[in-house]
Amino acid sequence: MRKFLAAGVIALSTSVAGGAFAEPVKIGMITTLSGGGAGLGVDVRDGFMLALKQAGNSEVELIVEDDARKPELAVQIADKMIQSDKVDILTGIIWSNLAMAVVPNAVNQGTFYLSPNAGPSALAGANCNKNYFNVAWQNDNLHEAAGAYAAEAGYKKVFIMAPNYPAGTDALTGFKRFYEGDLANEVYTKLGQTDYAAEIAQIRASGADAVFFFLPGGMGIAFMKQYAQSGVELPLVGPAFSFSQDILGAVGDAAIGVKNTSQWSKDIDNDTNKAFVETFQAEYGRLPSLYASQGFDTANLILSAAAKADVKDQDAFRAALKEADFSSTRGDFAFASNHHPIQDIYVREVIKEGDTLTNKIVGVALEDHQDAYAAECKM
Amino acid sequence: MQTALLIEQILNGLQFGVMLFLMAAGLTLIFGVMGLINLAHGSLYMIGAFACATVAAATGSFWLGLVASLAAAAAAGAIVEVTVIRRLYDRDHLDQVLATFALILIFSEGTRWVFGSFPLYLDIPPLLRGALPLPGGGAYPAYRLAIIGVGIAVAVGLYLLISRTRLGMRIRAGESDREMIAALGVDIRTLYTVVFALGAALAGLAGALVGALQSVQVGMGEPVLILAFVVIVIGGIGSIKGALVGAVLVGVIDTLGRFLLPVAFATFMDASSAAGIGAALASMLIYVFMALVLAIRPQGLFSAQG
Amino acid sequence: MMGNPRETILNLALVLLLAAIPLVATGMGEPFYVTLATRMAILALAAVGLNFLLGLGGLVSFGHAAFFGIGGYVAGIAATHAFNAEPLLFGLPGTNQMIVIWLAAVLLCGLAALAIGVISLRTSGVYFIMITLAFAQMIYYFAISWPAYGGEDGLSIYVRNGFPGVNTLNGLHFFYLCFGLLLAALAVFSVLRNSRFGAALEASRQNQQRLAAVGIAPFRVKLVAFAISGMITGLAGALFADLNRFVSPSMLSWHMSGELIVLIILGGTGRLFGPVAGAMVYVLFEFYLGGVTERWQFFLGLILLGVVLFARGGVVGLIAGKARHG
Repeated sequence: MRKFLAAGVIALSTSVAGGAFAEPVKIGMITTLSGGGAGLGVDVRDGFMLALKQAGNSEVELIVEDDARKPELAVQIADKMIQSDKVDILTGIIWSNLAMAVVPNAVNQGTFYLSPNAGPSALAGANCNKNYFNVAWQNDNLHEAAGAYAAEAGYKKVFIMAPNYPAGTDALTGFKRFYEGDLANEVYTKLGQTDYAAEIAQIRASGADAVFFFLPGGMGIAFMKQYAQSGVELPLVGPAFSFSQDILGAVGDAAIGVKNTSQWSKDIDNDTNKAFVETFQAEYGRLPSLYASQGFDTANLILSAAAKADVKDQDAFRAALKEADFSSTRGDFAFASNHHPIQDIYVREVIKEGDTLTNKIVGVALEDHQDAYAAECKM
Repeated sequence: MQTALLIEQILNGLQFGVMLFLMAAGLTLIFGVMGLINLAHGSLYMIGAFACATVAAATGSFWLGLVASLAAAAAAGAIVEVTVIRRLYDRDHLDQVLATFALILIFSEGTRWVFGSFPLYLDIPPLLRGALPLPGGGAYPAYRLAIIGVGIAVAVGLYLLISRTRLGMRIRAGESDREMIAALGVDIRTLYTVVFALGAALAGLAGALVGALQSVQVGMGEPVLILAFVVIVIGGIGSIKGALVGAVLVGVIDTLGRFLLPVAFATFMDASSAAGIGAALASMLIYVFMALVLAIRPQGLFSAQG
Repeated sequence: MMGNPRETILNLALVLLLAAIPLVATGMGEPFYVTLATRMAILALAAVGLNFLLGLGGLVSFGHAAFFGIGGYVAGIAATHAFNAEPLLFGLPGTNQMIVIWLAAVLLCGLAALAIGVISLRTSGVYFIMITLAFAQMIYYFAISWPAYGGEDGLSIYVRNGFPGVNTLNGLHFFYLCFGLLLAALAVFSVLRNSRFGAALEASRQNQQRLAAVGIAPFRVKLVAFAISGMITGLAGALFADLNRFVSPSMLSWHMSGELIVLIILGGTGRLFGPVAGAMVYVLFEFYLGGVTERWQFFLGLILLGVVLFARGGVVGLIAGKARHG
């Protein structure tokens, strides 16, 4: 039975000789590779595998499986990877609701979990765990930066909008935490909604001087295109999710000039990032998104810790992870007491380079920013 | 300004309804003539959008893309009808639900296989960019007005097709008595393929029109599919008139609910919770409406089967 | 009623196989396959509930995820309140006792099914399919946007709920608990099918007038069937939440309703053990294909299509031949 089922595992061992670790490291990646949100999972996976390939270390084994964005399936795969494949580290989950399903279970079974994308507030605060590390951001971070930017840009009356689900309410709360002016209106849309005519009409009528929106994936594409056609010309501000490289092409010129906040951009000036952008493009024939950078950083963090400590010696390995002694595409990167990042968050502007839409940094929204929940974390 | 906003929202509801009508018309036609419940209708919508985006990107012309979307969806519809759907006509609804559910999986993952995981770009044609002024100070996007126009044209076209042409006569005959038209020497297999392809083409058209407004990506058809089912059930399955009335009702109720419910709640609670609770109820509103309609009229508003 | 002998043997084999998987897996030091078998048992239980309605009554409910999800939320909410020691309703405390949770889940799902059934059963055919879907969607959107219990993020159960005399944290024990409930539900199904009530239900799908003529109100028969069906599926939902230690709105989604229908058809509609066979095959497909290729949904679709078109009796029908009744 074991043999029969083991055949179902895609093992992607890197093969070139490299520095030897004390013990081989086995990593399980659960990510979204099918359905509508697959682009994010593909980017995280590709960034992660690029880092492994560059390191050329034969003692890392990676197993990748698709969660189809279903929490129950993600839980099942996590159990399989922990109990059957005996992985040391889990990573890869894109969505907060899947992370909430998998992470508490996984870390309670004594497995490390490194988040390359989702950062729900529950896992940053009261329910933080010593074996859980977030390498991307706490969910509120980019929205907080957008709030800080809106305050600095002198907006006095902002219209704010997000889908009606926990990440959406967190987004608006995060924005309000740093924004100082008045709100023209606060609107929650239906999750998965793709027609924003009604909301755009409200924006037009609201007398706002700017619009902040958090609409990830297809929702953001739809909103941007419809907004551009509506004749409303208020400036837009949003987190990077609606302006990341994977979807900018689908938004089109409607996105040009929009300010968005991100912890990463392809023009962050350091050697690691330059090399990352170049090699990613050479390997996969497209520009990396912030998700790809997060996958890349996650892999490099694991490699840095594995070079220092034996993954079976959990305390030593945890300490090595905590040091975050790797060269991040983001430049400075450190973990706060709750194992969430302390990092700069930039303001980017969407520009056109030749025929390609992309982002360039126009300022720093928050320096060495840490999330608001660390104090609640007793670790 | 408030009246202008209300007019704009009603137009929005109308446009949303018209878009739903394009989906629902094909669905209800297929059900009315062949008695088939087709969950894969949303996949045909997706195929229309992908075809339009691909051709528009290659040729630079939205209009060619639109033609391609009709052709691709009709072709996909015809192929699926001949290979799979044909075997399902004399099965019960249960088998039809499962088989077309399986088709959704195949179409979605097949499309991702061919086009990759990232959304495609499709913009509205230059001719229809910009907004037109509304009486009272608002403005309304030209493209959305055009969608309303297309929807009305399709409704009129379908009416003429069914009431004035030979094909329409056969469709009507097919709805009322299948053995009869076979006995009259009509090639019923071809008729079914044509009707299915026609419904598919309408779905493809809707996908292309909406793809330019929204995002062209895998899975885009599913939310619309469920709404289209709500529409035809409210309107009465098999009735084109019912589909039109149901679509406009659903479109207007959904749009106005999203707009008015939070405002209504804000009169007695703080703005932030009102926004949340209002939105929560608004997302359930059309399903509540559907349950109400069926509780009063179990066969929908305009049932074709009497 | 005696089924055909091949079907009886097949049924016995299925039960023994399902019961044996966890033992063998534990013996081989592979605890994960215990989890997989538990998943099979729970999904089979949920499908037994639906099979009651769909297989016997011919009523295609496309909204059974509603009951599955309500059951799951009962377990999640009760456990959360017990964990945080907050009162739940009217000063009642939360609980982490499975028996109480099951009773509550069954009761609540029964009530919900009565309410939904009273309206839905006025319709028939496609209308019935769609109105049950509409009710499930209503509850789904409510669960997503109502913030109190996690909304779309769902609700974690930090410690699996308990059962007197059983260590539910032990995968094997929990499996046999679920397995026992599955057998009990199958027994209930079998007894009801062969009762006057079951005969009335099967008659109601074929000839309502005749049923009414002999003094049985078809509506009431169907309503009771709908309620029982919802209760069994709700019980499975509570177990599923405990298996995953997590409940979220995706348990309420229309995909879940579709999956339950898939299980039944895959196994064999109306067959006593159809849901068991269907759940075993489906879980294995999902797990195995998911490991082989990221395009697994494509192949799953092809397989399902093949079953509908060419293997109408499902797995049970394929092996045991045609159903005797019907």
